[in-house]
Amino acid sequence: MIKHDIVIVGGGLAGLRAALEARRAGVDVAVISKLFPLRSHSCMAQGGLNAALGNHPDSRSDSPEVHAFDTVKGSDYLADQDAVEIMTRDGVEIVYEMERWGCPWSRFDDGSIAQRPFGGQSFPRTCYGADKTGLYLLQTLYEQCVRSEVRFYDEFLVVSLVVRDGRCFGAVAYEVANGAIHAIEARVLLLATGGCGRLFSHTSNSLTSTGFGTALAYLAGVPLKDMEFFQFHPTTLVGHGTTITEGLRGQGAYLFNGAGERFMERYVSNAVMERAPRDIVARAVQTEINSGRGIGGERYVHLDVRHLGEEKLQTMFPGIIEVCQEFRKIDPIREMIPVAPGAHYTMGGIDVNADGETEVDGLYAAGECACVSVHGANRLGGNSLLDTLVFGRRTGRAIVEYLGRARGAPPAAGAADAVRSAEENLAKLVAGSGTEDPTALRRRMNLLMDESVTVYREDGALARTVEGIRDLQERYTRMRPIYGGRRFNYDLIWSLELRGTLLLAEVVAAGARIRKESRGSHYRTDYPERDDASWLKHTLAYFRPEGPEFRGKPVTITKWSPQERRY
Amino acid sequence: MIRFRVFRFDPACDKAPRFDTFEVPAEKGMPVLDGLAYIFENVDHSLAYRSSCRTALCGSCAMHINGRYRLACQTQIADVVRHGLVEVRPLAHLPVLRDLVVDMTGFMDQWRRIQPYLISTRPPSGGENPQTPEQRQLLDGLIDCILCGACYAACPTARDNPKYLGPHALMRALRFIDDSRDEATEERLAQVASEQGVFRCHTVFNCQTVCPKDLDPAGAIVRIKRHAVSRALRASGKDRPG
Ligand SMILES: Cc1cc2nc3c(=O)[nH]c(=O)nc-3n(C[C@H](O)[C@H](O)[C@H](O)COP(=O)(O)OP(=O)(O)OC[C@H]3O[C@@H](n4cnc5c(N)ncnc54)[C@H](O)[C@@H]3O)c2cc1C
Ligand code: SF4
Ligand code: FES
Repeated sequence: MIKHDIVIVGGGLAGLRAALEARRAGVDVAVISKLFPLRSHSCMAQGGLNAALGNHPDSRSDSPEVHAFDTVKGSDYLADQDAVEIMTRDGVEIVYEMERWGCPWSRFDDGSIAQRPFGGQSFPRTCYGADKTGLYLLQTLYEQCVRSEVRFYDEFLVVSLVVRDGRCFGAVAYEVANGAIHAIEARVLLLATGGCGRLFSHTSNSLTSTGFGTALAYLAGVPLKDMEFFQFHPTTLVGHGTTITEGLRGQGAYLFNGAGERFMERYVSNAVMERAPRDIVARAVQTEINSGRGIGGERYVHLDVRHLGEEKLQTMFPGIIEVCQEFRKIDPIREMIPVAPGAHYTMGGIDVNADGETEVDGLYAAGECACVSVHGANRLGGNSLLDTLVFGRRTGRAIVEYLGRARGAPPAAGAADAVRSAEENLAKLVAGSGTEDPTALRRRMNLLMDESVTVYREDGALARTVEGIRDLQERYTRMRPIYGGRRFNYDLIWSLELRGTLLLAEVVAAGARIRKESRGSHYRTDYPERDDASWLKHTLAYFRPEGPEFRGKPVTITKWSPQERRY
Repeated sequence: MIRFRVFRFDPACDKAPRFDTFEVPAEKGMPVLDGLAYIFENVDHSLAYRSSCRTALCGSCAMHINGRYRLACQTQIADVVRHGLVEVRPLAHLPVLRDLVVDMTGFMDQWRRIQPYLISTRPPSGGENPQTPEQRQLLDGLIDCILCGACYAACPTARDNPKYLGPHALMRALRFIDDSRDEATEERLAQVASEQGVFRCHTVFNCQTVCPKDLDPAGAIVRIKRHAVSRALRASGKDRPG
């Protein structure tokens, strides 16, 4: 039995920031992570983090309020405006804090933290460390957690939550090194388990971004919010999937189609061009590709950064040069980069308020697995790192405060029951007598999602996907025997996580099907207009064995009433 | 078809390690990591290796591939294949837990020993501390380490002496020594110039040769030695003019 006052599941940016906050308040905190924390998906973030510091010569009149408005407009008015204001206000301090803990931000000549322009922003406000911002932030937080003696359980996969009568008492974890099952008793549990880009095959996400943690909350009765909103990054590297940072378009990179046209001029004003928000650029690129105007008629376009010059590219974007050279043998200083839209960011997630609270007492969530909502229907580039740190910190504070009023003792047989049922689950997989193969099921799911739940969506294809996913869930119960070894058994781990991923795929596709409007990243060719009268609301999906039950939830509007979104 | 010859070992039940050979249909541009995934998904579901980012950023997948330590995700099969064969082994100098998975505990303990965090008396709240681009530039190359372990596996000193701090930890120490914001320079220099520190390094340059991020731990160690020597000179008063 592992027992701590606070247990945080996930060692990415959100989990570590929350852990540090709670630990600095002097309480007993453990971080449980299926990966050694520095291996988390967060290490891949490139371009930077938005905060209205006003350091850039062109952003002297920037403010958290303008940043909030840009975010709300970017969200196509689906974000909760009170939460957005918290995020943009706290964002400034968050950046300074990371600086004080040693984050190697890039600097302007006057020694201040450097900022650059990103899409959909009125001012250049994206703070960055070259194009490895995620790596530097993650290292800095991990270092400070080690210094503060946060307790770590590395390579422990949480496989279920212990929830009784609307109160969470902990979780059950599987130790990857030896196959042991552990009861984890906690007075408060925080999920910071990241997004689910691996629903798709064309994705920038790490292989481990399966959404399993989100599925655990869903199975425990917590609703998932706005899952139909998935961000497709307009410029992912063809043949690999990682992103070619928006920072390049911010600096003036061009997009060209097969006819050599800078096609963005057809979609947005000349003042904005490649610097439009992601949903708009992704649709533009997809339209060019679908109309046969990809490069040589193929399914990609070109990003041209050559005119930015070797020096600027070497100092500001060394990681992008590396990625292009190592993975595609392209030299972006001399050649154009082949790019296409790819699944990138999970805007929806576990339904929480601005303190990370879920509907279940004692269960919290933060980071990409959660939906506050500050991104609404479309996240602005650079707002996700901000989200992980601001709401990681806030939730860290909230859980410490919650400890003081935590009620109830764990039910006597609770842990033993939970361990037993986890053991049975694993044993069932190992004792499988069917012929279905987890990899084949995952591939089929990816294909269905890639075909229908992407940049352009339409009822018929979505309906087929929902049905197809239900079929895969049924086939999942007839799988081949899964490998039974005890040490580093990835066959068992991937198979287990696949169950959660299949549940999320259904929520995403079914949610996209019922939302009969177009808003932000969710574009329905059969309902091409935004419909505020019927759909200016969040969707909540509740787990039911027969398929998700959807309900609406009002959007909080404080200052900015919805307007047509133009750039 | 390419043949993959893969190191296999489960200390729980195998008396000794062995190599298994698999046929992998290698497509153009396919990384070694995808070759392993092909084997795991289609041929042998018990194969164990770590992976996550597949972008050479998370440090999960360092291993010995055809004669050299590399990241499996960053290495294209076509670039390393020899006579139709790719041989894959785990990192050396660290205990094998299973197949290609090694125990990084000792490696990370060494990292922990150098106080791997900024030490500063300034409180976390308050405004911004300036750092000039020149000061910041000193950190370039030192902060990009992904703790993959390739340099450590290639280091003969690490092989002979498990107490040696190792290229990764020493380079990390320099990252703080050379950070204009860090206030523990003296303490850090004393530590890395200690018995198990920089002077154990025989400057073989293996770390620099293998580092998949093109970093230069050996160069970092040389820089620390210089810092340490001038500190010693300062302490004995010999650097005063005249
Ligand atoms: C290529 C790329 C570039 C990006 N660039 C930017 C950018 O420039 N700016 C920006 O704002 N955003 C960017 N993003 C998005 C941003 O990186 C992520 O949204 C963010 O890092 C998510 O952090 P997180 O802490 O929520 O989750 P993650 O970093 O995904 O961490 C999840 C953690 O949970 C653990 N975990 C998961 N499930 C379990 C379980 N069941 N049991 C135990 N542990 C579990 C994992 O081990 C991991 O430690 C980028 C993303 C990508 C892919
Ligand atoms: S210095 Fe290079 S080889 Fe060594 S751990 Fe860091 S990234 Fe890996
Ligand atoms: S998988 Fe992350 S470094 Fe190779």
